[in-house]
Amino acid sequence: MEATFYIAAGVAIISTIMVITSYNMIHALIYLIVSFLSIAIVFFVLGAPFIAALEVIIYAGAIVVLVIFVIMMLNLRDETVRQEREWLTKKIVIIPSVLSAILLAELIYIVVNMEPMAHPTGTTVDSKQVGLSLYGPYVIGVELSGILLMSGIVGAYHLGRQKKKVVHRFLEKIES
Amino acid sequence: MTELLWLIPALPLTGALILIATKGNLPRAIAGSIGSGSVGLAAILTILVAIDFVSKGQQPIQQTLWTWINVNGFSPGVALYLDSLSLVFIFVITFVGFLIHIYSMGYMADDAGFARFFAYLNLFVCSMLILVLADNLVLMYLGWEGVGLCSYLLIGFWYEEENNGYAARKAFIITRFGDTALAIGLFMLFTSLGTLNIQEITLLAPDTWPISHKTVVAIGFLLLGGAVGKSAQLPLQTWLPDAMAGPSPVSALIHAATMVTAGVYLIARMHIIYELAPLAQTWVGVIGAITLLIAGFSALTQFDLKRVLAYSTISQIGYMFLALGIGAWSSAIFHFMIHAFFKALLFLAAGAVIYVLHHEQDMFKMGGLKNKIPVIYWTFLIGSASLAAIPFITAGFYSKDQILWLAWAGEKGNFWFYLAALIGAFVTSIYTFRMVFLTFFGEEKTHVGHHAGSLMTVPLVILAVLSLVGGFIELPHNMGHVTVFSDFLSGVLPDVETRPGVDAYEWLMQGIAAVLCLLGIYVAYFFYMKREDLRAEIKGATYQLNRFWFSGWGFDALYDAVIVRPYVYLSRVNKSDVIDKVYNGLVTISEYFHFVFARTQSGIMRWYIMGIVIGAVLILSLGLMMH
Amino acid sequence: MNEVSTEAGLILAGILFMLGLISVLIRRNIIFMLISVEIMLNAAGLAFIVAGARWAQPDGQAMFIFIVTMAAAEVSVGLALILQIYHQIKTLDGDAATKMKG
Repeated sequence: MEATFYIAAGVAIISTIMVITSYNMIHALIYLIVSFLSIAIVFFVLGAPFIAALEVIIYAGAIVVLVIFVIMMLNLRDETVRQEREWLTKKIVIIPSVLSAILLAELIYIVVNMEPMAHPTGTTVDSKQVGLSLYGPYVIGVELSGILLMSGIVGAYHLGRQKKKVVHRFLEKIES
Repeated sequence: MTELLWLIPALPLTGALILIATKGNLPRAIAGSIGSGSVGLAAILTILVAIDFVSKGQQPIQQTLWTWINVNGFSPGVALYLDSLSLVFIFVITFVGFLIHIYSMGYMADDAGFARFFAYLNLFVCSMLILVLADNLVLMYLGWEGVGLCSYLLIGFWYEEENNGYAARKAFIITRFGDTALAIGLFMLFTSLGTLNIQEITLLAPDTWPISHKTVVAIGFLLLGGAVGKSAQLPLQTWLPDAMAGPSPVSALIHAATMVTAGVYLIARMHIIYELAPLAQTWVGVIGAITLLIAGFSALTQFDLKRVLAYSTISQIGYMFLALGIGAWSSAIFHFMIHAFFKALLFLAAGAVIYVLHHEQDMFKMGGLKNKIPVIYWTFLIGSASLAAIPFITAGFYSKDQILWLAWAGEKGNFWFYLAALIGAFVTSIYTFRMVFLTFFGEEKTHVGHHAGSLMTVPLVILAVLSLVGGFIELPHNMGHVTVFSDFLSGVLPDVETRPGVDAYEWLMQGIAAVLCLLGIYVAYFFYMKREDLRAEIKGATYQLNRFWFSGWGFDALYDAVIVRPYVYLSRVNKSDVIDKVYNGLVTISEYFHFVFARTQSGIMRWYIMGIVIGAVLILSLGLMMH
Repeated sequence: MNEVSTEAGLILAGILFMLGLISVLIRRNIIFMLISVEIMLNAAGLAFIVAGARWAQPDGQAMFIFIVTMAAAEVSVGLALILQIYHQIKTLDGDAATKMKG
């Protein structure tokens, strides 16, 4: 099972790198889906099958699709590819990479130098346990998530509206 | 009656406050009545208080109104102290002041600032009264500053004219030097004696210091510095001739009769200090002697009528300082009183002449007025006679003669003082009668305009009478030895002793003085009436000297070069103020940082994210390093 | 089954997070920035799952569900905003929206 983990991890990393370096939005999104799928495999290996399914359904299936739909609505053409070529130069990668590398190094240092952690136990935590925990101690979180989603819906609806300019019908006659 | 002592300064103060509060909206008659009436009432009160005072055997009266400051045991009060010295002074101030107020009602009748004038005059009278009635030096300093302020306001009364403002500022700033010296003297007195109450100082001083201790000599010199500033003596005498820019009543009241004698009052009051510091007292006399000579010679060359009188005032106060310097305390006060009468008379009469001739002040453009304005002529003549000390008939003779006699015969007298005084007397009669002859005799160069009303002439007559008879209360030893005045003051001021064996010379001394006076009149007559042509020759031959004396012996130029120019230079150098630069620098630095930091809010989201990342890196690194 | 060490899982999460961070910093296009934020969120959720698996408790998974919920709401609102911005300034350049400057 270890090998599965490492292979999936490798695929995730490579596809994420492809996401961040591709010029075309749709290509980037496809690579993102691949990355999510490999993460789902990692979840599965770690004994969280319910979450693995959830990752695929919600993350890969809903969110990315939403982004694709919006890109389609924006009616972008090849100009974006050209823009990306123009904006994504080799030069601007340097400083962010350096900073992030420093952060990563610190993170690995912390993780590695902590007291040796026990290996995870081999048990699978299945959906029943997750459900019991969600509606048990974390029920408040569930309620809040509901409210959050509702506000998300309302916000998305309101912000996404395009108001048409309304001309009074009397004035319409004058215009024409 | 003596409990009404506080009303004497309070009445003019009330008059001033009423006139200030009504801001010139009162009709002239009422404003003038308030102004003159308050001083008149104060004069009447003075008489009543004086009667009471004398009948109680000249017992000094002390009246505390309220405690002014109370700090750590130092508690000067607003307290008035009346003894014979201050009684003489308040008598002169209120009476001569009242006459001058009446005169002003006529003189300033056409002026737009009529009520303002009376408000300032009343305020001045109040401050001067506080000065002489104060029982501690702090209150006296209040009066001192008050008269300085009023002098400034009144010199620059016609403020639309720029030069008047300069003259006012000059007076104020020069007397400020003196005031600072006085203040330092007060500080030293306080640190040494712990009190500034005059009577307490008089008691404590002899026990605290031996004679000629350096502290008391220093205090004596510092007080002299203050007196010199206010009384326009050397080296601070340059402001008084320019102060003639004010109206004539102002010159009469402030710069002849009262304010300039504040220095004389101070030294007389603090006589105990000078008795303990003979060196300082000698210098009082030296300054008086030198000043009287300098001013006398300068008066010989002036052409402006009021400037002659100004230099004459400086010279006569020099006589008073001389008298103080030789220990003739009561003679100085006697001369002060008589001088107040005839100098006020002369200034008021000069003002009347100027008024009648439509503000012509150049003597060389006057003349032939003897028959045209007889009242003014006769009063002016009486005043000049008193100034020149014509023997026997004028009051000025008795007061000046006493000083001359004591300069030679007194215990601390000195031949050089006597010589200076004698030469001064000679020069005085020359310039005085030069003034008379030029103004009233000869051909009429400017014609008389409107005549002066009785409001202006009646005070002149009263003062003329006083200038004639005022001296009879103090006759010299060999002429009846009437000593009403010096007896009156003997409770306060110490007597002067004469050297042994000099009494025989008294007739001789008086004779010399009388001869010189008459000789001076003849010299003036000779050069200004009889042989006018010789004047041009002499002037041509001594032109440099003439200019030097005219400019007041070059003191103005000296002060300009030594004090004014460097100061103006320094202030130009510091035009962009150094200290301001520090504060502006702070502002500039914070502005710089503001601009730098404002650039980081560029509105570009990536920069903000970058900021977050940098912050996270820093914090994590710090955390790791601490661990 | 679970000889996967916790460190490896956490390091994987860290690497993915870093990649997402780099992507946010270097991209100018707003939609790419949004995608990169998704990557970062996903990596954070992975870290939670790893931790939950280590203790064999469902808490980690519950956390992950909350994270996903939040990510969904965020994406929907974010995309609505992007639509508005595109409508206003007619470009997808993140650097063009600088009205809050200074």
